[in-house]
Amino acid sequence: MDKKKLKGGIFNRISDTNLLLCITIVIFLIMYISAIVFLGGGFKKPQMFFNILNNEAPLIITACGMSIVMISGGIDISIGGVVALVCMSCAVYIDKTPGGGNVWVSMLIALGIGLAFGIVQGYLVAYCEIQPFIVTLAGMFFARGMTTIVNTDPFNVENSAFRKLKDTRITIPKMGSYTKKGLYQAAYIEIGVVVAIAIVVVLFLVLRYTKLGRSFYAVGGNPQSALMLGINVKRTKFLSHVICGLMAGIGGYVYFLHVGSGAPSHATGMEMNAIASSIIGGTMLTGGVGNIIGTLFGVLSLSSIQNIVSSAGLGQAWWTGITIGGMLCLFLLIQSIVMWAKKRSLKA
Amino acid sequence: MSNNDTKAPANKFFTVVKKVVSHQMFIPIMALLILAIVNLAFDPNFFKITLGKNNAGNPILSGPLITILDYGAETAILAIGMTLVTAAAGGQDISVGATIAIAGSAMLRVLCGTNPSPDTIQAPIIVAFLVACLVGIACGAFNGALVSFFKIQPMIATLILFTAGRSIAAWINYNKLPVVPDPKFAYFGGIIPGIPVPTPIFIMLACVIIMALVLKFTNLGLYTQSVGINEKSAKLNGINPIAIKFIAFVILGLCVAVAALIKVSRISTINYSVIAKDIEMDAILAVALGGNALSGGKFNMWASILGAYVFQFLTTTLYKFNIASSALPAYKATVVILLVFFSAPKVREMIGKGFKKMKDSMKNRRHKAATASEGEA
Repeated sequence: MDKKKLKGGIFNRISDTNLLLCITIVIFLIMYISAIVFLGGGFKKPQMFFNILNNEAPLIITACGMSIVMISGGIDISIGGVVALVCMSCAVYIDKTPGGGNVWVSMLIALGIGLAFGIVQGYLVAYCEIQPFIVTLAGMFFARGMTTIVNTDPFNVENSAFRKLKDTRITIPKMGSYTKKGLYQAAYIEIGVVVAIAIVVVLFLVLRYTKLGRSFYAVGGNPQSALMLGINVKRTKFLSHVICGLMAGIGGYVYFLHVGSGAPSHATGMEMNAIASSIIGGTMLTGGVGNIIGTLFGVLSLSSIQNIVSSAGLGQAWWTGITIGGMLCLFLLIQSIVMWAKKRSLKA
Repeated sequence: MSNNDTKAPANKFFTVVKKVVSHQMFIPIMALLILAIVNLAFDPNFFKITLGKNNAGNPILSGPLITILDYGAETAILAIGMTLVTAAAGGQDISVGATIAIAGSAMLRVLCGTNPSPDTIQAPIIVAFLVACLVGIACGAFNGALVSFFKIQPMIATLILFTAGRSIAAWINYNKLPVVPDPKFAYFGGIIPGIPVPTPIFIMLACVIIMALVLKFTNLGLYTQSVGINEKSAKLNGINPIAIKFIAFVILGLCVAVAALIKVSRISTINYSVIAKDIEMDAILAVALGGNALSGGKFNMWASILGAYVFQFLTTTLYKFNIASSALPAYKATVVILLVFFSAPKVREMIGKGFKKMKDSMKNRRHKAATASEGEA
């Protein structure tokens, strides 16, 4: 009996958000360390970790936006489409305008597209009370369609100013490794990673310490009681979508910087990856529970699974999909069971 | 309603109009009518159905209307199951496209064995279909168990099969693309010789009739709605919400198997990454266009099926205007947003208020004018 009480005590002292966050971080660490121990090879090099960051920086940014929408009780499945549209529009602007476009203006275009989607979708969801799923589904279709209307064929951007920005690498001292030939390779990250980390920090602080951030949780947890607390529920929902749209714009530009091309098939399924990483990171679709740091670890877990599967010698392409599905299932069941156990221990 | 009887007949007319306009079926039917009129305006032969012969010399009906009914069949069948899931669980199943790939792949595995291009089929078609049904039910049961028993939100629970489904489908056949040699297998997605109407239409009608009978003679509809509206009070009234949600997902699994039969039969083979792509979105939009609340509760099955056909009608119309298939989503999205915008209760309320204000101000002006003229007199 004593033991049970003690367990209940620990459970109760941690909030839902932090509990799920702890589970995520522990599972990620176990997974990554066991990969280093059992698989070795590439996983021993720090660059493997930085490569995950380099590849997944756009996903980190968009998943953060997604988490905020999910915390406030909505969903946004348009982000993959918006990312593709941003890539294509910026690519066309930089490469096809006579004399070459300005890189800085292209950033404004990216932000503008993201904001426009966020504002329109946010208005329809918050003030017209249309289900967010349908609004953003239509948004996704619209963005995908617009991408092919802007330009049908995929192409690489050759503008020199853009190339220079794209190839900028930030080396990290003392983390490099030696190749088989004995050459020293410095570890590096791309600009996108810096942007992603900055956004994670800013959004984490916003969610934790500002009035707006706390009202996201309140609105997601229970809109009616949030209204009684004097929170402007509609405006909060609207702003969550605006932030998510903005993140899709920034994420789109980072994606553009990473791949350096525009194509209608860019970022296919990114919205689902973002949702999956938010969930793995402990955000609940019902709203009110979630954490940006968790989302970061969710993205890292998702990407590590892919890397582990491909380096574990399971060559067949289908194993990646099946393993990610299985991991997702595992995370969801753990979350479900933990929440159930917590509820029970609270009752007892 | 009763106090309306005492008012003027003009008001009675208004209430009838209001009743019609506010009916759930109004938006999908209006959308169908508008689409039909637009098509008729640009192409007077739109509704012409001709009896021709296909390559094999069998009679076949052709015309845009037949195409719509034919190709909308899968979405309509899925919309049946999706409506139930939406109503019971208050969420949507986004794995149906991937599950179609799994069921279709299993069907091909049974029909073709391990040889990707056999000379004869290895098992009767009915056995293959039953296996596909079992696979569909199993997938539905998996989703249903996660949603009902583990209380995971439907969209998240089905995200698992959404990510893993197409990989599982590829795994079942070891990524080979078996081709069914028996021409009889193509009947389900094409036509049966001698019957000029495409078979998917019959399959769709059969599903609709079965569903209508189930809704008429069992309590399924009532129970589903009560679970969707208020799970707790449904439980207090002796309805088991877990069982109802589970059954809804299993029924959707069956619908998926039927849709997989049509989809695979259309081309006699399968493409794991492309088959039934985005069909889950079409099915969910069909439910929404039918005016059903995506948050669960009351539902109207016929409105959903009509919604599926509105969507197919729109697709066919856009193709007729020579719009590239890759740009299609943008136009579809615009129409969908407009439809959903005008059927949203809040927007209707706002429009209604604006309308009333206008009417009031007109009345006031008339009243003022009347008093002014009286004063002059």
